[in-house]
Amino acid sequence: MLLAHLPILIVVLPLVAAPLVVLVRHGGVGWAVALGVSAASTAMSVAVLAEVPGTGVLSYAIGSWEPPWGIEYRIDAGNALVALLVSAVATIVLPAAKRTVLLEVGADREYLFYALFLLCLCGLLGIALTGDAFNVFVFLEISSLATYALIALGRDRRALTAAYQYLLLGTIGATLYVIGVGLLYLVTGTLNFADMAQRLPAVVDRRPVIAGLAFITVGMGLKAAIFPLHAWLPNAYAHAPSAVSAFLAATATKVSLYVMMRVYYSVIGAPTAFGAEPTGAILMALSIAALLVGSGAAIVQRDLRLMLAFSSVGQIGYITLGISLASAAGMTAAMAHLINHGLTKGALFLLVAGVALRLGGTRFEQIAGLGRTMPITSFAIVIGGLSLIGVPGTAGFASKWALVVAAIGAGLWWVAAIVLASSLLALAYVWKFVEAAYLSAPPAGAPARGEAPADVTVPALVLTAAVVAFGLHATPVLEASSRAASAFLRGWP
Amino acid sequence: MTTLGHLGYWATVALLMTGLYIVIARGHLVKKLVGLGLFQSSVYLLYIVPGKLVGGTSPIVDQGARVYSNPLPHVLILTAIVVGVATLAVGLALAVRIREAYGTVEEDEILAADDHDG
Repeated sequence: MLLAHLPILIVVLPLVAAPLVVLVRHGGVGWAVALGVSAASTAMSVAVLAEVPGTGVLSYAIGSWEPPWGIEYRIDAGNALVALLVSAVATIVLPAAKRTVLLEVGADREYLFYALFLLCLCGLLGIALTGDAFNVFVFLEISSLATYALIALGRDRRALTAAYQYLLLGTIGATLYVIGVGLLYLVTGTLNFADMAQRLPAVVDRRPVIAGLAFITVGMGLKAAIFPLHAWLPNAYAHAPSAVSAFLAATATKVSLYVMMRVYYSVIGAPTAFGAEPTGAILMALSIAALLVGSGAAIVQRDLRLMLAFSSVGQIGYITLGISLASAAGMTAAMAHLINHGLTKGALFLLVAGVALRLGGTRFEQIAGLGRTMPITSFAIVIGGLSLIGVPGTAGFASKWALVVAAIGAGLWWVAAIVLASSLLALAYVWKFVEAAYLSAPPAGAPARGEAPADVTVPALVLTAAVVAFGLHATPVLEASSRAASAFLRGWP
Repeated sequence: MTTLGHLGYWATVALLMTGLYIVIARGHLVKKLVGLGLFQSSVYLLYIVPGKLVGGTSPIVDQGARVYSNPLPHVLILTAIVVGVATLAVGLALAVRIREAYGTVEEDEILAADDHDG
């Protein structure tokens, strides 16, 4: 009985918990509730993922209003995986959040932080699971509004301007998405993704469809920080509270990328999106620019967080490159990198949270000699960095290798070459960290040798261990990604 | 006739571009939010205009009426308006906090202060 309602429970649980946390007005309770809800969402996501074997689709009619009239939650191997990533990262980040939030946000506003965190989680999960185009917009705004407030809680006043800038660009992105959905709605008369997919082929006038495709691409591109629409990302990630950086870097842009995949493959269909229209070529050009500019800009940063944020811009390029190949292999690589990069960046931002906690900052002159002052954290950051480069034995290698193979399979040798060359840029910025941590002496007045408190370090190390485990044994991620890719390519008939 | 029939769309595009221009061209944080509001209201128009049919009535089954207007766009846009209000509220709250922290709401002065911070 309860099992049948899992799709909606995953989303409703955090939504209901958030106002309760506000009513209780207690930081510790808020944290415990948030952790419990995230863990429950993770467990339910696992159950749902197990429910949708290979070809299955789980459909849930909200309020028993049959689709396409009512709102439908429609889950296949693709979005179940995204929901699992979001809820699992939330569950791992929250234990580390307790201490950093108390320090950065303050005890008086602690409970509000967890209420916002739950709303953000609810929004991201909702985007992932819903099968309704307008519902995506509503959840997008729930998660975005919570995100703006979360970023504004950051340590110094630059967090406020970062949040404001993100609010402007995020709202423009969401509005462009709604315009695109509106155009598709005008020609199909439906908002249900699956129903829309069925009606689109019969549409005579293609122009609104193409315009809708373009609006959705730009709108979601803004939310996903696809180059050159990434201007909001570096400052938002660098100045947000540490726990928020870790959670958002691992999940927020990934969910928007998922919506793009869904619209391209399940709604518009690959023949139109990539055959008749040059979406693939445009996306590929932007991805390649992202690889080079994002990683290049990461090299010149003077702050470890900003460096990681710019590296995200580059890494998102690998995911969109996989999408642009419009093949099963490309989509598998995109999904695998979506997960692997989420884990890697989550781990890195949590490790950096520990560094900031002990050293009071993350500028390169502050973290000099980190290999001596915080040896375990420093070593784990290097492992995460190796995954960003794509060194064998780390998760980043498995998905990047899949991407190179997919590019070669499509006959695009030069793209494969650029992917490999961009890894050298990643090597350059990771080396910058190694140089600061291991080849420089600690600054005067550096704290004695020791790690950040265990509640921050252990979650970070768990994610780092996952990066190594999925690097040495890549099959689970690659198989899940391949199932997800075939679910996307098959669409929702 | 076509031009006139597309009046709603022309108004949508005009609002859209005006709003976007204000967001980009103005340095005052509150003025930017006004532009953002205009930008969002263009979407309201895009949805509502096609929902109305000439001679259409409210969607209540009735012996006489044969042509009904579509109520769904109105419902959708009610949601979008609520979202717009919430966004504006968060934006204004951020502008107030920025004013407290920087002593100004002019973008160039804020950027200069950030550069000074390093």
